[in-house]
Amino acid sequence: MSSSQQQETDVLINEQGYDDHFHEHHHGDKYQSNFITHYIFSQDHKIIARQFLVTGIFWAIIGASMSIIFRLQLGFPDDSMAWLKPILGKWITINDAGHGALNPEFYYALVTMHGTIIVFFVLTAGLSGTFANLLIPYQLGARDMASPFLNMLSYWFFFLASVVMFISLFLSTGPFAGGWTAYPPLSALPEASSGSGAGMTLWLVSLTFFVVSVLLGGINYVTTVLNLRTKGMNLWRMPLTVWALLVTAILGILSFPVLVSGFFLLIFDRGMGTSFYLSEIFVNGAAMQNVGGSPILYQHLFWFLGHPEVYIIILPAMGLTSEVLSVHARKPIFGYKAMVYSILAIGFLSFIVWAHHMFMSGVNPFISNFFVVFTLIIAVPSAVKVFNWISTLYKGNIRFTSAMLFAIGFVSMFISGGLTGIFLGNSAIDIQLHDTYFVVAHFHIVMGIAAFFGMFAGVYHWFPRMYGRFMNETLGRIHFWMTIVGAYAIFWPMHYMGMAGVPRRYYRFDTFDAFGHFGGLNEFITIAAIITFSAQLLFVFNFFYSIWYGKKMTTKNPWGATTLEWTTPIKAGHGNWPGKLPTVHRWAYDYSKEGADKDFIQQHLPLTDKEKAEEANH
Amino acid sequence: MSNSGIIEHKVKRGIHPPLFALWAAMASIVMMFGSLTSAYIVRQAAGNWLEFRMPDIFFYSTITILISSVTLHTSYWAFRNGRKNLYRLFLPVTLILGIAFVVMQYQGWQALYDIGVALDGNPGGSFFYLISGVHAAHVVGGLFALIVAAIYAFTLPYNYTEKRRRRFQLVLHYWHFVDILWVYLFLFLLIQ
Ligand code: HEM
Ligand SMILES: [Cu+2]
Repeated sequence: MSSSQQQETDVLINEQGYDDHFHEHHHGDKYQSNFITHYIFSQDHKIIARQFLVTGIFWAIIGASMSIIFRLQLGFPDDSMAWLKPILGKWITINDAGHGALNPEFYYALVTMHGTIIVFFVLTAGLSGTFANLLIPYQLGARDMASPFLNMLSYWFFFLASVVMFISLFLSTGPFAGGWTAYPPLSALPEASSGSGAGMTLWLVSLTFFVVSVLLGGINYVTTVLNLRTKGMNLWRMPLTVWALLVTAILGILSFPVLVSGFFLLIFDRGMGTSFYLSEIFVNGAAMQNVGGSPILYQHLFWFLGHPEVYIIILPAMGLTSEVLSVHARKPIFGYKAMVYSILAIGFLSFIVWAHHMFMSGVNPFISNFFVVFTLIIAVPSAVKVFNWISTLYKGNIRFTSAMLFAIGFVSMFISGGLTGIFLGNSAIDIQLHDTYFVVAHFHIVMGIAAFFGMFAGVYHWFPRMYGRFMNETLGRIHFWMTIVGAYAIFWPMHYMGMAGVPRRYYRFDTFDAFGHFGGLNEFITIAAIITFSAQLLFVFNFFYSIWYGKKMTTKNPWGATTLEWTTPIKAGHGNWPGKLPTVHRWAYDYSKEGADKDFIQQHLPLTDKEKAEEANH
Repeated sequence: MSNSGIIEHKVKRGIHPPLFALWAAMASIVMMFGSLTSAYIVRQAAGNWLEFRMPDIFFYSTITILISSVTLHTSYWAFRNGRKNLYRLFLPVTLILGIAFVVMQYQGWQALYDIGVALDGNPGGSFFYLISGVHAAHVVGGLFALIVAAIYAFTLPYNYTEKRRRRFQLVLHYWHFVDILWVYLFLFLLIQ
């Protein structure tokens, strides 16, 4: 966009925009008066978005490093880990021959923390925290969130949760080690394992803070979307990013409190001697007092959150992908309304499929059938979305930017992982596949990698909007190709191991006759994981380098996008638009419209006479 | 924009954003109690369940919190209609009734304990303590809101403004909510 066009945009907003008298009431900007209120206790949604992102990146590095350590154990169970002693300390035991072995208890702690950190801190807070904050006010033409103060609190509760979890990593008894799902009795009896004591207590405290953060954020996001849209921005003109983030927030508001209920019962079992989840348990040969509880109850409560949670993770990634695909294919998103309805359908269905995680927990097989059916129905709206993404690409004028590559990669990953979900959704097949590497492969591809791809697409695309500079494209492309090849190399072979019955969460396999022959494959996976991990360091370098030294953004709308965030000044102050708010006249996907002189028409541009005539004809 | 406030200047669209946010939060709380009572039913169906008669004090606490809703609504009505004294009178009355409710719940737990229903005994009893306890915690939250409302009522000169009405409305809706929530829980625990 040339600078004359840029001026046109400003003039237009001044003439046609909606005057909310913002600046008459806000002499100067109190928020940005000093470093602390600007960068630390900021109430500006743009800054909070960056805080979520950077904290998320921090956790991603920790979570991924943990996976490298336990992959080393799985790939090379006989090699010495003595060299890790300086980092892991007493969790590496060195024998007389100088051979260092990873403590098995700590192996479980690593697996558990890896899951907890990536699922909650990276892919929930880091993903929807970042983009809901960044995009909801920007794309709706709002000055900020409905309550900037609660929004700030939302970040700081996440920060608190982070601090507590981080501390738990350094406990002498180790962090919690009973799996990210924290099933009782390991989570309910402090004496059950070394991580079940203080480690589990801190895990619970941390996740409780985390839920507060999600609820404060979610309530704010929903309120903002439904109440603070600028003039002309009706629901059917909202970009799909906002739709996805809206449904994500609703899912969070309705499902996280159920997890809290589960936690209440757990806390009482741990501290008050109740037996909600416990019955007739022996620890080290001694019988525990508790009778009459049921661990299945926890599974119900956990998965009632747990399944919506996986959609809380994937929906924002879907929204980001839809937007990026459309912008960089220079085509309107295919089937906009179908996309919205599938988001809503997925959101609704995600509440009635939770027991597909419990087919093998002894739930009534008759009831299982009900959950099989609903689980398989989820494939329908998912397939609609995939079809629409591919159709959006079809005959598009594709620009293979890093953002676009990751968005396309998202579609690929979502297809691969979604298909294996259909296998798992059949309770009969699940008898063989449950708790094997097949499940590990399924959810890493469909949730882990796909959600990361959506996030990368978002970061590469909106980086200029966040930092006023671009990320390096060459590094970005290398990052993409290494990651997609690496990710498939890691997770594809796991399907075969899973079908052969290799169970998840085992410390080593070479000692089992049935699985010993997978040794070579395990080595291969570990090497692929290390290579893929190093590609992520490339991203981290690119990210931080570009914040200070990246190519500067010189025009407001470098990608030629239609949405409102690209009408704000390059360095937007608190309140986003310096004068009036833009008024919206059209939907978010007017790309390559026939008869238009550019291949995009921004949302705040009034309809031309011809367009008005066409609209009247409909 | 006040530092902690809600952005006031926006395109108005029906419901006031803070009230909307409150309703979203209440939906969240409903899910929490919905799941607790579902867990109750699931666990109860599995057998080995302690049956006991609910102590009478819970009937009285239920009546108390119902009356407190009426008094608060009266105060709100009085505020809107310029009945300054009535408005000021019924806020502290509601507050006292609210405190009385929490105290009665506590006495109820003691009565339960006296008839041999222990927190760490059969889940039938544990659930009762847990559900009523978590509810009481939400009432205590409401008490703080009432205190703030009462402080406003007595320190600010009486003056009907839309802003004050909306603030009052938030307290009102939340209080009615914890009231109705308790009636649901009470009936649930009574019938089960
Ligand atoms: C077509 C759609 C899908 C179907 C039919 C499906 C089905 C299933 C089933 C039946 C399981 C349980 C397997 C077992 O434990 O034996 C499962 C596990 C899982 N799925 Fe999916 N899934 C689908 C899509 C997704 C998506 C989109 C995500 C996330 C974004 C996801 C994340 C997970 C996770 C995290 C687990 C494993 C949790 C654990 O046990 O640790 N799934 N899936
Ligand atoms: Cu699921």
